[in-house]
Amino acid sequence: MELVAEQRGEILVVRAMQDRIDAAGAIQFKDKMRELTQANNPRVVLDMSKVAFLDSSGLGAVVAVMKALGPERKLELSGLTATVQKVFRLTRMDSVFIIHDQLPDGMRNAV
Amino acid sequence: MQSDCGQARLEEGPDGTRITIPGDPMAVRDGLQALFDTIMLRDLPEDGRGTAEIVLAEALNNIVEHAYARHQGDIEITLQLSVSGLVCRIVDTGSPMPDGVLPAGKLKPFTTDDDLPEGGFGWFLIRTLSRDLEYRRDGNTNLLSFRLDMGQTAH
Repeated sequence: MELVAEQRGEILVVRAMQDRIDAAGAIQFKDKMRELTQANNPRVVLDMSKVAFLDSSGLGAVVAVMKALGPERKLELSGLTATVQKVFRLTRMDSVFIIHDQLPDGMRNAV
Repeated sequence: MQSDCGQARLEEGPDGTRITIPGDPMAVRDGLQALFDTIMLRDLPEDGRGTAEIVLAEALNNIVEHAYARHQGDIEITLQLSVSGLVCRIVDTGSPMPDGVLPAGKLKPFTTDDDLPEGGFGWFLIRTLSRDLEYRRDGNTNLLSFRLDMGQTAH
């Protein structure tokens, strides 16, 4: 599970480079995200525009990462592809994350 | 036509596409990729492909995680495209479903970020996206079948 992180002001932008977050990679994703988010950035944006597929284990891992950030920090998601969006929408998890269509202005060239 | 993808066996014939994979997470990933590269699935509309991949992945992950929790075994997946959609049959020789029935697949309610569920989405997704879902235990075999709507492009 390759994740590329870059600091943009107070925001940490993490780009998922693999095309899937699934049962075979969910634990690795969670561990890697935990490492990358150890510095206390108030906002973490996960760019998922390369992720074509996410299963329920992948979804659980994304939820776990948000919970691990604690109540003061937020995990925001960006660039959900069609199938990933469907999983978030059906499970109503789209209501608990801040979801951007694409990386917010000024962050697009971040990584 | 036959081809090998790792230890998996893929057969494409007039009666549909069949793949047999070992019951482990990496084989599920590779098997799904091999299936969705087949002629039959390659040309499905994107929405139908996405739905099929979600439901198949959840069904297969469940078998790996639960049916094969105590012992190893293979999973056989047969897919047929018809006017009624994509008909899927999945066979494994793992443990039976508890009480012989499929889980209800209800989403757990949550009120605060602290009790957000990190699992229990799988059967909810399968039940929401599939039709004619059936489970049967036959000897030492689990048989799961369902149908997926493919819109007007099913042929």
